[in-house]
Amino acid sequence: MTGDHIVGVSVPRKEGRDKVTGRAQYVDDLTLPGMLFGATVRSQVPRSKIGKITFGPGIAWDEFIVVTARDIPGKNVIALIANDQPCLADGVVNHPEEPILLLAHSDRHLLPQAVAAVSIEYDQLPALFTVEQSETRSEVIWGSDNIFKSYLVEKGDVDGIWKKADYIVEGEYKTGAQEQLYIENNGMIASFDAQQGMTVWGSLQCPFYVHKALMALCNLTADKVRVVQMETGGAFGGKEEYPSMIAAHAALLAIKCGRPVKIIYDRLEDMAATTKRHPSRTRHRTALSKDGRILGGEIELTIDGGAYVTLSPVVLSRATIHAGGAYYWPNVRITAKAVATNAPPHGAFRGFGAPQSLFALERHMDRIAQVVGLSPVEIRKRNFLQPGQMTTTEQTVREPLDLVRLLDRALELSDYHAKKQRFAKENELGTSRKGIGIAAFLHGAGFTGSGERNLSSVVGVEGCADGTIKVLVSSTEFGQGTKTVLCQIAAETLGLPYENVEIAQADTDQVPNSGPTVASRTVMVVGKLVQSAALGIKQTLMGSGLLGDSYSAEQFRSACRTQVAAHGQFRSWARYEAPADVFWDDDKYRGEAYAAFAWAVYVAEATVDMTTYNVSVDDFLALQEVGKVLHPVLARGQIAGGVAQGIGYTLYEKVIWQNGRMQNGQMTNYIMPTSADLPVVRVFFEEMGNVHGAFGAKGIGELPMDGPAPAIVNAVEDALKVPFDSIPLLPEDVFEALLAKREPQSVGGVR
Amino acid sequence: MRSNPADYQLVAPASLQAVVSLLAAEPGAWLPIAGGTDVMVQYAAGKLPARKLVSIWNLPELRRIEVSPEEIRIGAGCTYTDLREHEVVQSEFSLLARAAAWTGGIANQNRGTLGGNIVNASPAADSLPALLVYDAELILISVRGERRVPYKDFHTGYKKTKLASDELVRAVCLARRFSGYLAYTRKVGARNAQAISKVCIAALGRRASGVVEDVRIALGSVAPVPLRLAETERLVTGKPVEPSLLVSAKRVAIAEIQPIDDIRSTARYRAAVAGNLVAEFLEKIGEN
Ligand SMILES: Cc1cc2nc3c(=O)[nH]c(=O)nc-3n(C[C@H](O)[C@H](O)[C@H](O)COP(=O)(O)OP(=O)(O)OC[C@H]3O[C@@H](n4cnc5c(N)ncnc54)[C@H](O)[C@@H]3O)c2cc1C
Repeated sequence: MTGDHIVGVSVPRKEGRDKVTGRAQYVDDLTLPGMLFGATVRSQVPRSKIGKITFGPGIAWDEFIVVTARDIPGKNVIALIANDQPCLADGVVNHPEEPILLLAHSDRHLLPQAVAAVSIEYDQLPALFTVEQSETRSEVIWGSDNIFKSYLVEKGDVDGIWKKADYIVEGEYKTGAQEQLYIENNGMIASFDAQQGMTVWGSLQCPFYVHKALMALCNLTADKVRVVQMETGGAFGGKEEYPSMIAAHAALLAIKCGRPVKIIYDRLEDMAATTKRHPSRTRHRTALSKDGRILGGEIELTIDGGAYVTLSPVVLSRATIHAGGAYYWPNVRITAKAVATNAPPHGAFRGFGAPQSLFALERHMDRIAQVVGLSPVEIRKRNFLQPGQMTTTEQTVREPLDLVRLLDRALELSDYHAKKQRFAKENELGTSRKGIGIAAFLHGAGFTGSGERNLSSVVGVEGCADGTIKVLVSSTEFGQGTKTVLCQIAAETLGLPYENVEIAQADTDQVPNSGPTVASRTVMVVGKLVQSAALGIKQTLMGSGLLGDSYSAEQFRSACRTQVAAHGQFRSWARYEAPADVFWDDDKYRGEAYAAFAWAVYVAEATVDMTTYNVSVDDFLALQEVGKVLHPVLARGQIAGGVAQGIGYTLYEKVIWQNGRMQNGQMTNYIMPTSADLPVVRVFFEEMGNVHGAFGAKGIGELPMDGPAPAIVNAVEDALKVPFDSIPLLPEDVFEALLAKREPQSVGGVR
Repeated sequence: MRSNPADYQLVAPASLQAVVSLLAAEPGAWLPIAGGTDVMVQYAAGKLPARKLVSIWNLPELRRIEVSPEEIRIGAGCTYTDLREHEVVQSEFSLLARAAAWTGGIANQNRGTLGGNIVNASPAADSLPALLVYDAELILISVRGERRVPYKDFHTGYKKTKLASDELVRAVCLARRFSGYLAYTRKVGARNAQAISKVCIAALGRRASGVVEDVRIALGSVAPVPLRLAETERLVTGKPVEPSLLVSAKRVAIAEIQPIDDIRSTARYRAAVAGNLVAEFLEKIGEN
């Protein structure tokens, strides 16, 4: 065994060299012989019956392949949860970016004009664009009540608490849509052969989601569909479900023309048509005792799912379970629903419902603090969850959690108290106002409830003929470090140098289904399986006497070579088994929601420029407890990047909707912050260890998305003494709020 | 790219003379393309109506900055980087140097030209308020010869200019008489880099014997064209900077502009911020 640890060390990224030297192959780098290019004709109107379709003049239509819903060999659905979203609209459309026709041609430059030359007559039906409109049911656009999914969580006796309350605090909080804005736009190539079946290569997160969708669409058996992930330039959840749609389109064109077909979205199409974070509205009504303890409360949470179910039930589930945050609620009722509107379906995005409900809660805690007359710090300390207490879903906190200590450390690291005093004094003068805000929160790692049990993920580890090790997973790399960390885990388990472990390309023909790469589950859940499968390799070699109790890397490689030479392919498999003490009741929404939670306290310092009403984040401190940190550089990168994305969510990124369409689908007008807008994010970890993850790791990827919005908006309130309850919070909103507060002498009189 | 390259023709004559001859031969048929940072955005979106492009990028006649004792003459083909790096621009025309520094990002500054910013004629263009306060003059060139026109009359309406269909902007001339002024400029965009202005201001002012002796204030993104605030300037000239003056200057400034609601901001916000910027500028003169 080598004495040095690999886990906990910042080894080089597995794919890093190829990325920086330009050798990495993204889907648009791949060209297949005879390949055509595909494009999508979309609805452009929200809710309509489709009338006559005309192929306009000036286009050599006989050179184009045209696919309609009638060309679909199997079911016209993008198979996921409810199977309600068609691959191509047939007769009706339910949102303005709905695919209706597909075109392909060998010259990609001819496609945009051809798409524009297709004209479609519509018989428009009344449409719904907001949660409120959907709730009125003035039109029923989905099912019988416009509700995709609802949950009810009940703990204790909420109805009995109001009369015991010393204070009752109410608030309503809203969050907007957010675009993932990965660097690489979506893209797919499909190739079909009657014998071999369908193969697709693409930019994607979940190879087996695409696999499942193509089986249903093309009416093919599992062995006749192959999905290969190409190097993927960012995803953030945006390549969780929509790639199935693009793969389906490329597949239909490939079947029709008998040649490979590539579809690459440009930024305009990607921004307009693919998924975004669910907009939300959360209402809180909380009962408190005189000393600021939560007696109980009602939380009503609604998310806008867009036109089809897609992943909304799962996003809603996470939003629901996180709605009570890191606090102890003796009594609580959470009613949550995802409603239909005539916008493109909203989907997966880092945080997956938690940023929405945690924004509401952490703003509400500051409101409660004011009403009760306590500081934002004190109100949190009095209500933090403690070991032995139960969460809103009645999951007992079993780890040695100490949130008060975590909060105190964050306050100390950020110099919170001194700054708060200083800002209050300095705000009397000058043309800017400063404030400081906190957010304390949690994020559950892995699939919710019985999710991991149902996934039943499988991981393989192979001992190769040359004595090195290969990790076999469908878990994908899209910048976050999957390849690197899973190789570290295998190397550490086997006592091998990191360089002796490689990871297979995520190709459904070559790797087992280790589940989707989502939900901050990869390191914790898949990593643990990699560890088990690697142990299997070691045990086999030891069992067959090829390896002793202690060994050098060379002895291991030699043993592995011997094993392969004697017995052929040498693989070890591990399948997820739910821990015995984990129970979850899907009907009552009660039990162990997550195998582990990561905990965090974030502190944001913000300045409001009173000349321009711009808010800037000057300092950001992110302290979190995430179990064992397996790769410090990647972990810091996840936190700093997540905070940056959270700052964008809070202060910059606003999707401007008109009749269900995004009006600002360009990077010029959809404002993502640049490095010139971001503070240095100061990242700190506490390591508490965790029995469920490999080497004690918990999930980390989504956590940093949850805290920035409430921490920053709390800081803005601290600066201006004006509450803001919805994000994004733009300078225009700050201006209007100040104007409303100050009885202006003129429009420009608020300074 | 939503345009088909096969639909376009691009020529790159070797001299300025050859370009103006081409423009004269087929007036209106050829669109000059300098850095292409506006033209290529339209091309990528499939929205470039012109089909024939004549490149004027890097023509030596357009890329010079000539300094005489009276004026500086900046070739229309000079890039933002050229402006940022030029010593006289930096020291005597800091409003222009600052505008160049916050236009787009570095790649954009290496390609985008002053001439392009002028002729593209966006009301949000960042360098144009500076040209207004410096009383810039433009030298226009065609086969018919050169003419020198004041920049303040050049923009006639939203994205409209006085440029004839056979003409190019050859150079921008700035008189070297502003070094004694306090210079104030701010860009209010949705982020600190790579942003289109919601409001931008460039202003010069001088105080003598306790009163505002001379001011020049120009704003972008608050009207169909970049605007000089003549009324506001008149109001404050000769007066001491006091709180009541700031209040009335704000009011007059807001009355002078015609901001709109669009995808980037609201008319109300733009008006308020424009007023605040004017007030902030006057405060600075007061402190000076
Ligand atoms: C990413 C990005 C960021 C940007 N940020 C900013 C910003 O912050 N502020 C800002 O003001 N602008 C910005 N722009 C717009 C653009 O960069 C500027 O307007 C630039 O000055 C245009 O110059 P150009 O040489 O690239 O123009 P081109 O695109 O080559 O031409 C623009 C127009 O001017 C005409 N033209 C160019 N030169 C001449 C000439 N000498 N005579 C006659 N006609 C001429 C062309 O025919 C065309 O109509 C940005 C653009 C991009 C792509």
